[in-house]
Amino acid sequence: MARTKIYVPRETAAVSVGADDIAIAIARRAKELGEEIELIRNGSWGASWLEPLIEVLVDDERIAYGNVAASDVDDLFAAGFLAGAKHQQRLGPTAKIPYLVNQDRWTFWRCGLVAPLSMDDFLAHQGFDAFRNAVEMGAPAVIDVVKSSGLRGRGGAGFPAGIKWQTVADAAGEQKYIACNADEGDSGTFSDRILMEGDPLGLIEGMMIAGYAVGASRGYIYLRSEYPLTHSILSRAIELARESGWLGKNIQGTGFDFDIELHLGAGSYVCGEETAMLESLEGKRGIVRYKPPLPAIEGLFGKPTVVNNVVTLASVPNIINLGAEKYASFGVNRSTGTLAFQLAGNIKRGGLVEKGFGITLRELIEDWGGGTASGRPVKAVQVGGPLGAYLPAEQLDTPLDYEAFIEIGAMVGHGGIVVFDDTADMAQQARFAMEFCAIESCGKCTPCRIGSTRGVEVIDRMVAGDAREDNYDLLVELCDTMEDASLCAMGGMTPYPVRSALKYFAEDFSSAVGADE
Amino acid sequence: MKQQAFDQQIASEIIASFDARAEMLVQILHAFMNRFAWISEDAIRQLAKELNLSRADVHGVVSYYHDFRTTPPGRHIVKVCEAEACQAMGSRELSQHAQRSLGVDMYSGNADVSLEPVYCLGNCACSPAIMVNGKTYGRVNAERFDAIVASLEGSE
Repeated sequence: MARTKIYVPRETAAVSVGADDIAIAIARRAKELGEEIELIRNGSWGASWLEPLIEVLVDDERIAYGNVAASDVDDLFAAGFLAGAKHQQRLGPTAKIPYLVNQDRWTFWRCGLVAPLSMDDFLAHQGFDAFRNAVEMGAPAVIDVVKSSGLRGRGGAGFPAGIKWQTVADAAGEQKYIACNADEGDSGTFSDRILMEGDPLGLIEGMMIAGYAVGASRGYIYLRSEYPLTHSILSRAIELARESGWLGKNIQGTGFDFDIELHLGAGSYVCGEETAMLESLEGKRGIVRYKPPLPAIEGLFGKPTVVNNVVTLASVPNIINLGAEKYASFGVNRSTGTLAFQLAGNIKRGGLVEKGFGITLRELIEDWGGGTASGRPVKAVQVGGPLGAYLPAEQLDTPLDYEAFIEIGAMVGHGGIVVFDDTADMAQQARFAMEFCAIESCGKCTPCRIGSTRGVEVIDRMVAGDAREDNYDLLVELCDTMEDASLCAMGGMTPYPVRSALKYFAEDFSSAVGADE
Repeated sequence: MKQQAFDQQIASEIIASFDARAEMLVQILHAFMNRFAWISEDAIRQLAKELNLSRADVHGVVSYYHDFRTTPPGRHIVKVCEAEACQAMGSRELSQHAQRSLGVDMYSGNADVSLEPVYCLGNCACSPAIMVNGKTYGRVNAERFDAIVASLEGSE
């Protein structure tokens, strides 16, 4: 009899709430009972609120059990979960979980589905088809397809990927590089991680296509050190690709050489900024560079470099396979395609939701997220990481669209959505934005380095009720200076959360005892 | 690999394994951290010499990044995520609890434990999160925090 396939994710969120213990318990119990099983450590489907979510394959259908604990395992066997039997943790077929069904899985379609470190499984799920197609099309056609898809940088800046690729392709020079930004430092974001843990070979394929398109023979992945499990999975995936001839010289007889080096960051937030990342990749302090020159002209080691985020690169294979038109059919206006939104913080059903642009915050937070975890009303939502604005509940109907967000003084960024309930103190959150900037500033420019420290002090004085009007004006002026005169987004956008807190939650700055009347 | 006191021979082997390329300095420092737990003045001196950099260059890199410590850490390293998603789920209270429970302040420690904040473990849908000796834990409340810490001490 064939062995029953059981899937237990090896993904940071699932493991952080006990997936490894469950895998061990399942293996042990199956042995005791003499059951023949095959334990597969897949990636996560992204429904983090259901983790650990385990599955069993019954008649070619995967049956899910959610929020499982290691202590449930004996009970699951007794209930007959190997046959997909009823149990209080049973969710039914994975393919029918509403949270997952209603998504537009373009980039993340293999996450959860495949065994991330099985080359056979990858190849069985269209692995490297897009690379082969790209080579057949030729480099200029690949760049054209990426351009007409409208794909924009998913790291936060939203710059059109195709134009960046074209610039690097046109730049003079023998040596060019692909630098994948996997320094996913924004709080509330984890889509890069879910992709790298669930479909690392998909990212490698995206980098290969980028390398082929622009004429780069070397790729770098700059991965944050806070992701040790990702590091282990990605390292192994790169080895696997090398061992099977998908990285290295003359890949699969195409004449194209490409290899990838994996670098670890070292806990610096600002290294997610592209030029600071390049400095760090060169072994230096992660200090922001002046632009121009753009990295596309003078990037890593002074050579033309494509710097793209993980999700940007991993979106490319399907754009090649299914066509630019199909990709551009998702989304609205100049925000075409899909984004992996990440529901985080005080939310009942947190996780990853890949949808076309144009969906509203309310749909994501209420329909997918189910409201706050605490059951209290939503007070504020921070979109786009620590440099993103705090939006009040009244603005939840804003569609997620790069331009629509800019219009309301906010940004979509990397798609992280952090929900706060009505117990949040927004003056404290504004103070944290300044404090975080002071901790993480690279120190090169004064508005960011000094402005952030002064910002903390001014907010403290306001909250203490000390000359509130004057300090309010001072804080606004400080925000202007930081926004106008900082070198990069760190200092330049720290004012976003501060200003929005001031604008929408002014009362929080005056609640302290002894406030001036 | 067991962590051990700084050893020039081993340090040289690590540097050589990166072909003594100066651009690998951040990666070499990670390897030193894994092996020696912290970056000593002797380590900085040797890195400067073997990578053909100035001591100031190396010191600048070591001091720039949060990951590289210049004093020996405790036996266990506990990091509490204090970024926004975790704040929304009570990480400020959890940090207070951690300090009380471990008897040390943030950014400090003793021979047993070092306690520090971390700005995002990327486990934001299972907040609040902590990392203990390189392993991430999600949905951590005070009770679970104490249980995780207790299991560490028990395993020693």
